[in-house]
Amino acid sequence: MTATPSSSVRNPTDWKGAAMQKRIAGRYAAERRFKLLGMAAVLLSAGFLAFLLISMIGNGARGFTRTEITLPIDFRTAPMVVDPATVTAQSLVSANLQDVTAQAAVTALGPNGDTLLSPNAWLTVRDAILDNPQIVTERVVISVPASTSIDLAAKTDASAADEASYARLQQSGMVSTGFNSAFLSASDATDPTQVGIWGAFKGSLLTMIVTLLLSFPVGVATALYLEEYAPKTWWTDIIEVSINNLAAVPSIIFGLLGLAIFLNLLAFPRSAALVGGMTLALMTMPVIVIAGRNAIKAVPPSIRDAALGIGASPVQVVFHHVLPLALPGILTGTIIGMARALGETAPLLMIGMRAFIATPPGGITDPATVLPVQIFLWSDEVSKGFVEKTSAAIIVLLAFLLAMNGLAIYLRNKFEKRW
Amino acid sequence: MKHIVRLAASALALSVTLSGCQDKAGGESAGRDQIRAVGSSTVYPFATAVAEQFVNANPGMKSPIIESTGTGGGMKLFCAGVGAQFPDIENASRRMKKSEFDMCVKNGVKDIIEIQVGVDGLAFAESKQGPGLKLTPEIVYKALAATPFGKGPNTAQTWQDVDASLPAIAISVFGPPSTSGTRDSLAELILETGCQSDPAMKALKEQDEDRFKAVCTRVREDGKYVDSGENDNLIVQKLGANPNAIGVFGYSFLEENLDTLNDIPLNGVPATYENVADGTYPGARPLYLYVKKAHIAAVPGLKTYLETFAASWNPGGMLAKRGMVAATEPVRLKNAEVVKTLAALNGAELK
Repeated sequence: MTATPSSSVRNPTDWKGAAMQKRIAGRYAAERRFKLLGMAAVLLSAGFLAFLLISMIGNGARGFTRTEITLPIDFRTAPMVVDPATVTAQSLVSANLQDVTAQAAVTALGPNGDTLLSPNAWLTVRDAILDNPQIVTERVVISVPASTSIDLAAKTDASAADEASYARLQQSGMVSTGFNSAFLSASDATDPTQVGIWGAFKGSLLTMIVTLLLSFPVGVATALYLEEYAPKTWWTDIIEVSINNLAAVPSIIFGLLGLAIFLNLLAFPRSAALVGGMTLALMTMPVIVIAGRNAIKAVPPSIRDAALGIGASPVQVVFHHVLPLALPGILTGTIIGMARALGETAPLLMIGMRAFIATPPGGITDPATVLPVQIFLWSDEVSKGFVEKTSAAIIVLLAFLLAMNGLAIYLRNKFEKRW
Repeated sequence: MKHIVRLAASALALSVTLSGCQDKAGGESAGRDQIRAVGSSTVYPFATAVAEQFVNANPGMKSPIIESTGTGGGMKLFCAGVGAQFPDIENASRRMKKSEFDMCVKNGVKDIIEIQVGVDGLAFAESKQGPGLKLTPEIVYKALAATPFGKGPNTAQTWQDVDASLPAIAISVFGPPSTSGTRDSLAELILETGCQSDPAMKALKEQDEDRFKAVCTRVREDGKYVDSGENDNLIVQKLGANPNAIGVFGYSFLEENLDTLNDIPLNGVPATYENVADGTYPGARPLYLYVKKAHIAAVPGLKTYLETFAASWNPGGMLAKRGMVAATEPVRLKNAEVVKTLAALNGAELK
């Protein structure tokens, strides 16, 4: 027996030794650094989000309010002849309400009083008469929207002259700033005190419905076929690569495609929610296919085998077991695709949805615009009053997005519980 | 899981119904109950304002659809044919070209009504006590650009630094802020023209439109160009106090203030209406509507819409309040006559 060579003797690790302590400290430090880095990344993105939300809500909250002037109008002395028994919108056109309103403003607010009112203030007067024709024989007080400069003076800093006019109005107690319900029920207009988001909101809603109805069934059917039925050949490989590529194509290309095929070739109506929805469906479909395939792939083979083993047909396996199990994943993909479609502007510009549309669309073939395009149009407007309206429209868009996602998450959880 | 199948089936059925609707929509093109206009973004705010006026004055009419596509893009849509799927009106910030007219005729759009609704433009002016400068777009560009021809920051301090023929007066220009439509006109009509006096910039426009815009339309920010807000009155006051300063504002404002201001000729052309109308004055351009005569009878309200336009284009009228320059009286009368008689444009007049 020979003695063990001293070199092969392993001393137990000396944890207390200075060298080892240094290495341990280094490892902990590295971990702390990484954790800090991760936290900094989270903080940074949360900061951006908070900045976006705060600045949007800060600016946009004002967009939901409107300054109104309580204007006394004495219809008995006003230069108009209207028979309260036969009042219609048509008969009021000749009643010269513009001048009546302007004169009432001058009487009540002094010279230049008519410039303190919104140029379309007479429409409010018209609507009041239509509501209750009897008032044309009385002296009434009607709340009419103030001009953009007064509105701005009431909310933020404006030029000295406007601030002075506003202060005078405030002293006489004729001005008030309150929630602007018209913003949620009206459509596009040229005057920021008159604009509303309803037309664009309805346009977005119709467009999204068309997109969902087209892209969801087609996307799910494609995913099911490719995963469950398609033989693995070079042909299906090409389809798979094409779909993956399609998901990465810039949206403007789909707009050009929509313009060339839906409008020029098939002569569908321009600016319609139908064509917008079809264009966006092209864009959304590949996202649904990819998410759907992944979700279907994740369904354990044992489920399929068990179902087949007790005598289910392949179609029964797919519709009774695979699809319900994969549905939560498919819905997630659909949410992502729809959220992207909801915020999309570029392809819709190509098919003519960038338009002044003051009448909300009645159906999917009517001319319509959508929320992001409306935001784009308003941000281009010169009048300062549109700044806060733009922010307010962004808040509406975010709320719409949130509601849509909320619904999808609710549906997803519901389906998850069942299985 | 039957209901899922049913759900999927009903969704499919719905989308089939939907495609049924599409065919109907395509076939329905015989009639349309609302006006459609396409074209220039410069005319867009005026067209929308008239559209609003039109709806207010004619309750029950659907609001016209005004699309801002740019003049050139609009011409292509407008000239594509006659029928409900093609627009009724083209808003143009320049006259129709002969080639565009030919394209229209080729596609069956034979009778086109041309209506000049007003003038868009800007004027350069100085106080009556001013030095009597004579400028060209090139000089203005060299004096105001942030980086003239992309060759580093602008160092010119006096007009003489820019052009030896001009007096050694410090450059001081009061003009519209970047949010203003007038500023867009300054960029498009003057700065870009001046910039393109350098062939290299012309080449740049072909290659890189964004870079071209940056080099050619960015205005210096060292105090030589002063943003004066939307209030043109303020600029007039400033010019009275600084005889050596120059003001840039809407052309209509010059006309109203000729008692205190002198216009500064551009390329030796004074800013008179005649010079504006025939296009020799570089700072202005007429605005047009082109209307398909064949659509007048087919689209309800189209003639009334044109009449509303005619009623709004006078000086002090609704469009002037929104910043459009009213045309001179003879032009307005002539175009009001066109609105009344709906006389078609003679293609031979176009260039």
